[in-house]
Amino acid sequence: MMDYRKYLKEYDGPPIRIMEVCGTHTASIAHSGIVSLISPEIQLISGPGCPVCVTVTEFIDRLIEISLTPDNVVVTFGDMIRVTGSQKSLQDMRCEGGQVRMVYSPLDIIGLAKAQPEKTFVFAAIGFETTTAVYAALMDEIIRSGLTNIRLLTSLKTMPLVIDWVCGMQGGIDGFLAPGHVSVITGSDLFVPLAQKHGVPFAVAGFEGEQILIALYALVKMIRSGESRVMNLYPSAVTADGNLTAQHMISRFFKVCDAAWRGMGVIPGSGMMLRDEYMAYDAGSLNLYSDHSHHPDCRCDKVITGAQKPSQCPLFGKLCTPDKPQGACMVSSEGSCYSYFVNRRNV
Amino acid sequence: MKITMAHGSGGKATSELISTVFARHFDNPILARMEDAAVVPGAARLAMTTDSYVVTPLFFAGGDIGKLAVCGTVNDLAMSGATPMYLTCGFILEEGVEFDDLERIVFSMAQTAKDAGVLIVAGDTKVIEGRGGLYINTSGVGFLPEGDFAVSSSFCGAGDVILLSGTLGDHHAAILSARMEIENTIKSDCAPLDRMVAGLLASGVRVKAMRDVTRGGLATILHEFAVASQKCIMIEEESIPVTEQVQGFCGILGLDPLYMGNEGKMVAVVPGEDAEKALAALRTSPYGQGAAVIGEVINGEEGTLLLHTRTGGTRMLTELYGEGLPRIC
Repeated sequence: MMDYRKYLKEYDGPPIRIMEVCGTHTASIAHSGIVSLISPEIQLISGPGCPVCVTVTEFIDRLIEISLTPDNVVVTFGDMIRVTGSQKSLQDMRCEGGQVRMVYSPLDIIGLAKAQPEKTFVFAAIGFETTTAVYAALMDEIIRSGLTNIRLLTSLKTMPLVIDWVCGMQGGIDGFLAPGHVSVITGSDLFVPLAQKHGVPFAVAGFEGEQILIALYALVKMIRSGESRVMNLYPSAVTADGNLTAQHMISRFFKVCDAAWRGMGVIPGSGMMLRDEYMAYDAGSLNLYSDHSHHPDCRCDKVITGAQKPSQCPLFGKLCTPDKPQGACMVSSEGSCYSYFVNRRNV
Repeated sequence: MKITMAHGSGGKATSELISTVFARHFDNPILARMEDAAVVPGAARLAMTTDSYVVTPLFFAGGDIGKLAVCGTVNDLAMSGATPMYLTCGFILEEGVEFDDLERIVFSMAQTAKDAGVLIVAGDTKVIEGRGGLYINTSGVGFLPEGDFAVSSSFCGAGDVILLSGTLGDHHAAILSARMEIENTIKSDCAPLDRMVAGLLASGVRVKAMRDVTRGGLATILHEFAVASQKCIMIEEESIPVTEQVQGFCGILGLDPLYMGNEGKMVAVVPGEDAEKALAALRTSPYGQGAAVIGEVINGEEGTLLLHTRTGGTRMLTELYGEGLPRIC
């Protein structure tokens, strides 16, 4: 057995809590069966890295309203279709005559808009820095092509402030598996101030099981020796400064704004929205902050911040399953509860 | 030329459609009688099945809706251990279907039926208003051998091995690629598996359970096997064949080949000592060239399916949850 594998499997020091804040890491940890390869003293917690899971109910309600407006079509990623707003989901709306189209890339909306110029297509633009770069490319394409029947309803989030918020919640997170895709855009230096402020280490990792194991090993070592550095273990894709072209593209179309996070409330400056000069392309994204958790016992907020495991939620696996999700964390395949349920991770 | 409501009227246009397209390509003595019902010789035990096909697009790399409509029904019959013999087919055409497209589809059905060794002995056509859509229902009858031969997912026992006839995900990825207009070399695996099954059964291997790996994918089916037999099934990620192209495609879209639909792949559960013989039998078929042993039935937690991952970890697999992908077959 490789040394780091043996170390992780046989670790019997004080309990350690490591959070991953990237949906792709969450999925890969589950897919590779990482939990079966590490000591039970090392607990992995899925943080607010799944964009669907952190979207508030009012945003979904607004999408539903749009889907029912004549000549308007909501265009969205598949995961979003199943999330319930204050009462209903876009999937329910499809059965009730709402116009909802599922796509795999935001750029697919261009073809839809060209084919049916009499309709207005509204993209449910959710995501973090990585996806925001794609929306910036989409905006560029919309303007270049002169299309006037595309709008974005945005609920865009940025990573650093929410990680800061999680650290402030005293959830007892000892280290972070830094969000790999986000880091490609932002660069690994983004996490340096957070590491210093909260005295916790960060490891930027790739997405293969082996790469995650190596990052976990690095984190445990740093935690044990009291180091709070940012270690870039994914240098083939991530640089200290990130992708400057993408950053410029983002700031050309988007500006910083406050953002509402499901179960966490409004975190000032933690979001992005279209700049004033592009507001003609916005479908009414301002002030969509209300968050009505539909079931009073739903613990999505606690799960997302690492305060509780999915299995500690009274609804988990009973009233709340992937077939009938109550909270957002059970909807997306990147959601912690979905991942725990389907892969029986840490239950 | 396009299909119009007149082609479904029962009058001259209908009979022309039948003679120039259906009768011409499906030609066989039973159909040629053109009676209200096909009269066919039988067997002591019959297997029957029916399925409807609504795939979009109608044509995709490696197949079309017609080929699918024959393969799907033939494969369902074959998985019961029956020899597929006769099919019926019902077409629902929306106004505006291109005549040439219909003929291509019917020709493809005829070719596939020939490949599978079945006769299409009865049919029906309806034309409805719409936008050029085309849907096919096929029903099939197969002959079962005399005696009490049966396969069942509940027969899986510790020491049995799981065989997979080839790579996963090709059909699903081909359909998605066509819909998303992504250019790649992925082709649907759509194929009739009845001759391969016949070869497997004739090889003397004691087949306990068989299933074609369609919607829901391999994981959903093996999970069902584990639950039905109240056994534990362990599969090896490393042994499960997936082409590089499909693997890459899945990586980009966040799909898992274990949950993707196929139209020309099957799993078979056989006793461990028959593994080599079964593998050799599958590999004699053109559709089983990539056959592999991918796992085994073990003593473990009842009703569970486990995956030994490439990273060396173990995780539990459940059935597919939620909307996989609508209308891929």
